[in-house]
Amino acid sequence: MERIPILRMGRILLVTIQVDMHDQLALQLQDDLTARIVRDRANGVLIDISSLDVVDSFIGRMISNIAAMSSVLDARTVVVGMQPAVAITLVELGLELEGVRTALNVEKGMALLQEAAA
Amino acid sequence: MKENKESQLGALIRKHEADILAEWLKAQLARQTRRDQVHEAEIRATSKEFLNAVVESMRDGSADIGSGSWAKVRDLLAEMSSTRASQGFSATETATFVLSLKEPIFARLRQDITDARTVADEMWVATLLLDGLGLYTAEFYQKTREEVISRQQRELLELSTPVVTLWDDILALPLIGTLDSGRTQVVMESLLEKIVATGASIAIIDITGVPTVDTLVAQHLMKTVAAARLMGADCIISGIRPQIAQTIVHLGVDLSAVTTKASLADAFQVALKRTGASVHRAAKAEAKSPTPAPDA
Repeated sequence: MERIPILRMGRILLVTIQVDMHDQLALQLQDDLTARIVRDRANGVLIDISSLDVVDSFIGRMISNIAAMSSVLDARTVVVGMQPAVAITLVELGLELEGVRTALNVEKGMALLQEAAA
Repeated sequence: MKENKESQLGALIRKHEADILAEWLKAQLARQTRRDQVHEAEIRATSKEFLNAVVESMRDGSADIGSGSWAKVRDLLAEMSSTRASQGFSATETATFVLSLKEPIFARLRQDITDARTVADEMWVATLLLDGLGLYTAEFYQKTREEVISRQQRELLELSTPVVTLWDDILALPLIGTLDSGRTQVVMESLLEKIVATGASIAIIDITGVPTVDTLVAQHLMKTVAAARLMGADCIISGIRPQIAQTIVHLGVDLSAVTTKASLADAFQVALKRTGASVHRAAKAEAKSPTPAPDA
């Protein structure tokens, strides 16, 4: 079955979404990610969506959910690499991803997480 | 029968082409108030070509100016009318080009045909034809003007939303004029594109030039701020005038989610502090610096 890979860098988990998200994949990701946060004692999650050109309300809600779940497990979530068009779409949809931290690219996102952990 | 009549008009025009052209030109030049704009020779050439094309088209016997045989006449009119529109001629002046052709043609009709009834019939045919061409000219003129207007609107939209880099990592977006949803879209797009291009982490939106802030404008501002935040950039809104601050509070608009500053200078200082940069006055470098050194 198709899965979104989760990479570990120190105590940070790196998720790069490169395929179209659908319900099953999103649920799988939630399962995998929460399990990994607990197993690896991660304190940060970095979700890279730079290769997503299209985002709908479902993915928007999923990102919010993942961020909320991670914060319950005491891990901060940073969403990085959002395309301008995607940002505009989300705002127009009224999904402003409150409670989710954002950064322009992976590098800045990592700096943000490390700063928060320090 | 109608076919016959039309060819009669066509034949008449063909017969007196030179005379009609001469009289037509005279009428046009007499009415021409802006002789400096279109040279006499140009009018002469256009008129001659136009009359030729009309004669050509009438040879086929069709009086329907929308039909294929009138394509050349239509093209000529379209070209003439768009040229005049861009040169700033009025609609009347442009339509007169065709309508002033009536007088010489009618004169020839009266002169050549003795039967009053036939003259009236032919005049009707000619009137229909020339009015149709006149309307076509006016319509095309208007279309050209509308294109000019919409192009200017587009240019204005682009001109009015500059995004400038103030410092490493700091962008400024000076807004001038009212924010409507169309402009917000353009502002948002250019800001986000610039954030990607420069990798900036702070954007200062300066609304000194925004005349009024109502709930709608505030909502548009908040949208822009939210979109920038999704891209990982913080926004500071600056240039809020006293009256605008009062209006915002009276309207119950909640701007507490955004950092607001009264002036661009204040916002810039905050931005510098957040990016970890500081500016010192060179002459007073040994004295106490205005901006404290950032802590790492």
